[in-house]
Amino acid sequence: MQQRRTIDQIHTNRVLLNGQLDTPKWWAPTVITLGIIVAIGFFMIGIMVNKGLGVTGLSRPVYWGLFITTFVFWVGISHAGIMISAILRLSQAEWRRPVTRAAELLTVFSLLTALLFPLMHAGRPWRIVYYILPYDFARGIMPNIRSPLIWDPVAISTYLTGSTLFLYIALLPDLGNLRDRTQGWQKALYTVLALGWRGNPRQWKLQTVGGILLSALMLPIFVSVHSIVSWDFAVTPAVEGWHSTIFAPYFVIGAVHSGVSAVVTMMALMRWLWKWEDFIRPEHFDALARLLIVVATGWLAFTFLELIFAVYGLDAPELELRDLQIFQWPWNILFVTFVFTGYIIPVGMWLQKSVRNNIALMFWSSIFVNIGMWLERFLIIVPGLARKTPFVYTWEAYRPSGLEWFILFWSLAWVTFLMLLFSRFFPLVPLFEQKESQTFGDSIKIGRVRVPAIVREAD
Amino acid sequence: MSKSVLGLYDDPNQAADAMDALKEAGFAQGTFDVLTGTPYPEGAFGEHVPQHRLFRYPAFGAIIGFTLALFLTTATSIAYPLVTGGKPILSVFAMLVILYEMSMLSAVISTVVGIVIESRLPNVNPGVYDARITEGMIGVVITTEDDQADSAIAALNGAGAMEIKQA
Repeated sequence: MQQRRTIDQIHTNRVLLNGQLDTPKWWAPTVITLGIIVAIGFFMIGIMVNKGLGVTGLSRPVYWGLFITTFVFWVGISHAGIMISAILRLSQAEWRRPVTRAAELLTVFSLLTALLFPLMHAGRPWRIVYYILPYDFARGIMPNIRSPLIWDPVAISTYLTGSTLFLYIALLPDLGNLRDRTQGWQKALYTVLALGWRGNPRQWKLQTVGGILLSALMLPIFVSVHSIVSWDFAVTPAVEGWHSTIFAPYFVIGAVHSGVSAVVTMMALMRWLWKWEDFIRPEHFDALARLLIVVATGWLAFTFLELIFAVYGLDAPELELRDLQIFQWPWNILFVTFVFTGYIIPVGMWLQKSVRNNIALMFWSSIFVNIGMWLERFLIIVPGLARKTPFVYTWEAYRPSGLEWFILFWSLAWVTFLMLLFSRFFPLVPLFEQKESQTFGDSIKIGRVRVPAIVREAD
Repeated sequence: MSKSVLGLYDDPNQAADAMDALKEAGFAQGTFDVLTGTPYPEGAFGEHVPQHRLFRYPAFGAIIGFTLALFLTTATSIAYPLVTGGKPILSVFAMLVILYEMSMLSAVISTVVGIVIESRLPNVNPGVYDARITEGMIGVVITTEDDQADSAIAALNGAGAMEIKQA
């Protein structure tokens, strides 16, 4: 904690509530621009629903393409929230404090976005209702609850509901703070949302114990969600490259890799845009980079294991698929890009202390990771379907249409748009956590040096 | 007629002294409380350490969720007995995911309900309060009968209150 300096609570309020009390000048033009992109995106989705999936590049045998890849990508990003918030909260890691809210928020908005993609992919999204309600009561036809396509929405809905409630509970003290700093309709809004929060010892105790309990409950959900998403593929024996027993842990660790990297991206943007240099410091990026080196290396091990398991059996279709995935044009260039951007470039950067403490380089390394991780999902999903097989009369490579590419970029704009809207009404950094850090902060003299320290209760 | 009195302090030691002074003046535990903008270590102000039953909520929620999920998976499978790959109609492995997720969902929801209830929220009549508490001031608040208000104010002032508010 060498970079921490003493900041009083009034200053903390003024700086960290600047998004709500004194909206920055860049906010409105940015939100309007993103809003236009979002509106165009919804219009494009409307066109697709009206015209049908023929406007995409999807065709037999590649029936899962960019939309499902992007769905898996956003579910992966959503794992940032619980990874950071729950694990660091449970382990009482001091550097979690400025990170948790943004990470939880990223979980909620990326899951909301992920849920949209299967709806779009369905072509006629209103028919999704038959997955939830009986198809036809008169004939007693019920949704097949045993189908993996039911597991997925159940798991994601559980994760989304849990994450949203987790976010709200952790917001209560800051809502009380906003109620105390605002007037008029804003005060009325925050008064209702704060539920009468006063900050007595009982409320603080429940906030602490409840946060730990919710973290402990959310962790198994977080592991289950991407495991279940992986089973969308792994329980399909007919497609080589999908039917793998290690997909569940492989997907989970990949999700943590991409999610924590997305938190790095977001923290860099928060530090630059809101000028929170006192709160989001190089030491936080350093800690995240160290964590990411471990996660990325674990993920790389799973990537190789997945390949080794596939080729060890010398099964001809599996070998043909790996040949296509790694050596044939255009998959080979995507594969090389994936390996370099997903691991070699970022981890090579993070091994340098100068990079870990350089916000701009950390930002770009995290962008690299997510380019790589999106490609990883694309390379898992599409080549297995695109490969020439005996009973398929067509095997042309899948070329995503312009509309699909636009909707992919639309999803990035959509998540950013939601984040910025949230930032207008709610703080992105938990104020009470920062203040607690100041309350418990001190310095101790060891020999001839005075070292900043954090005091913590024993239990 | 009861009255709420709040003393504001900028030093935690003074707030702790105010809590002691109220105890010495004969006010019962539970009638006075300390309000802060950030969590302090338990017992920092000599306050009564709050007890709670939060740990019961997730267990109760998980049981409810599991029961509902068991009913849903069993009833829908029996209502439309579709044989898949020669497997039994009530195939436990296929039902496990739904059982697990619904149990966890219900546990999380009941925990959140528990946090709200055990925190005594929503509090529609929060009483006397000062916005400076979320700026670092510490409030010691007491709810007492009108005729004892002066005694409470004296105790709060005696500990060095910067300001006294009443409602």
